[in-house]
Amino acid sequence: MRIKPSEITPEPVYRARREFLAGIAGLGAATALARPAVAQTVMNVALIERLKYTRSARYSTAETPNSLADITGYNNFYEFGTGKDDPARNAGSLRPRPWSVVVDGECEVKGRYALDDLLQPHPLEERIYRLRCVEAWSMVIPWIGFPLGDLVARFKPTSRAKFVEFTTLQDPKQMPGQRFAVLDWPYVEGLRIDEAMHPLAIIAVGLYGQVLPNQNGAPLRLVVPWKYGFKSIKSIVRIRFSERMPATSWALSAPREYGFYANVNPEVDHPRWSQKRERRIGAGLLASRQPTLKFNGYGADVAQLYAGMDLARNF
Amino acid sequence: MRLGADGATRWIAKPLVFLLCLLPLGCLLAGLADALGLIRLPAAALGANPVEEMQDTLGIWGLRLLLVTLAVTPLREILGWPRLLAFRRMLGLFAFFYISMHFLFYLFVDQSLDWRVLAEDIAERPFITVGFAALLLLIPLALTSTRRAMRRLGRRWQKLHRLVYPAAVLGCTHFYWQVKADIREPLVYFLVLAVLLGWRVYRYRQRTRRGRAKQDARQDQEPARPGLPVEALPE
Repeated sequence: MRIKPSEITPEPVYRARREFLAGIAGLGAATALARPAVAQTVMNVALIERLKYTRSARYSTAETPNSLADITGYNNFYEFGTGKDDPARNAGSLRPRPWSVVVDGECEVKGRYALDDLLQPHPLEERIYRLRCVEAWSMVIPWIGFPLGDLVARFKPTSRAKFVEFTTLQDPKQMPGQRFAVLDWPYVEGLRIDEAMHPLAIIAVGLYGQVLPNQNGAPLRLVVPWKYGFKSIKSIVRIRFSERMPATSWALSAPREYGFYANVNPEVDHPRWSQKRERRIGAGLLASRQPTLKFNGYGADVAQLYAGMDLARNF
Repeated sequence: MRLGADGATRWIAKPLVFLLCLLPLGCLLAGLADALGLIRLPAAALGANPVEEMQDTLGIWGLRLLLVTLAVTPLREILGWPRLLAFRRMLGLFAFFYISMHFLFYLFVDQSLDWRVLAEDIAERPFITVGFAALLLLIPLALTSTRRAMRRLGRRWQKLHRLVYPAAVLGCTHFYWQVKADIREPLVYFLVLAVLLGWRVYRYRQRTRRGRAKQDARQDQEPARPGLPVEALPE
């Protein structure tokens, strides 16, 4: 991740890449929604930087990823506004560098880490994951990242560390949506420690081969593909290990509607809408909803984490 | 040829309002044609989730036009502009049109005409229950919007059309219960509705007070009949 002056991409090269990416995005969009909007979205990305990564076939879906335009233009990131297109419009004010992350709580290695020091030891890989939003829509996203468990292990959590808590940046100057108390800022999410150590849970720093756009949670975010999207917290500034279950933002905001676990589950409806089916973004106007899979289709890998648990009560 | 005030309302203002009411639909159809690749707009008007975008747009314009319809009577009295009444039926029917389209879009496109889902949604999801109830309340109003129905129903017409008040309350509730956390926008709709209904309560009280005052004045002139205490008179 460290950039040497020699590695900075000359302008003609990245311009060509942008056009190439816009082309890829266009191919992916079944509804042919991609055109100037795509180029624009790519331009808005503050730092166009190609990442070096390997592909993970073991953990990637064979489904066609959504277009870059869809992934960067249709977001829930309330720190930049509650409309789906607000993050793409407003996230330009976020400064993902310099960035640091505080690590504390029940662990032996604590401290404040500069972004590069935090990420440097981890080889990047591409994971093409399904993302299922609690609002009953879904996408397929080619994330670039590394296993969260590898990062967690570096901090040597103690035997008392039963949970990991993550916190998003709080700075209304960079995140204009925080001027309104839509949620109790800063955004907090958490995982049980065994969930955090699961190889499917990753820290993402990029998508479509480039550095993560601001509206997708730059410079680093969590991706937990078997849980509803709101668990995958963005723009992380703090990682804390704790003995007790963290109080997470949506669960605090509406405890009847959002639980701590938030595993994708078609059998447990949201009190206000059905979770049985989902609308795949980019499938086109005439495509019908598709059935939602338990654990978002990752049950074979993760179901054993919840053996013996009542998932209707621990929703 | 010169148009009188009636002619201007009929031949200029009404067609203009008609076209204005069609504008949101026109934008949606253009966006739809773009999403289907029939035309090319400079920007993708319907975004990444065209189904949701169309459904929300139809619903929000239905609710907006419903509130505009409810604003006709207050504005007419406050501005002293009786001609506004001429627009009320058209506005109300457009509100009904957008709300029906919102429902039909949900049923046919979003849920692919799955009756089981429809039944479950109406029975189990309060925000859909109230939205559906609002639509049901509006159906008899749309059916009795003709001049003939008005004549035939006489005084009952006005009583029947008071159903628009609960329909508007249910419509705003439908919007309020649908949002996840950001309730600012639905609260604006509730506020507008509160002003429009509050004005009617205020006017009603004013009228009954004035009526009572007249009655009292009459009683002062007529000597109270023996054996009939004043308190027993209906208020």
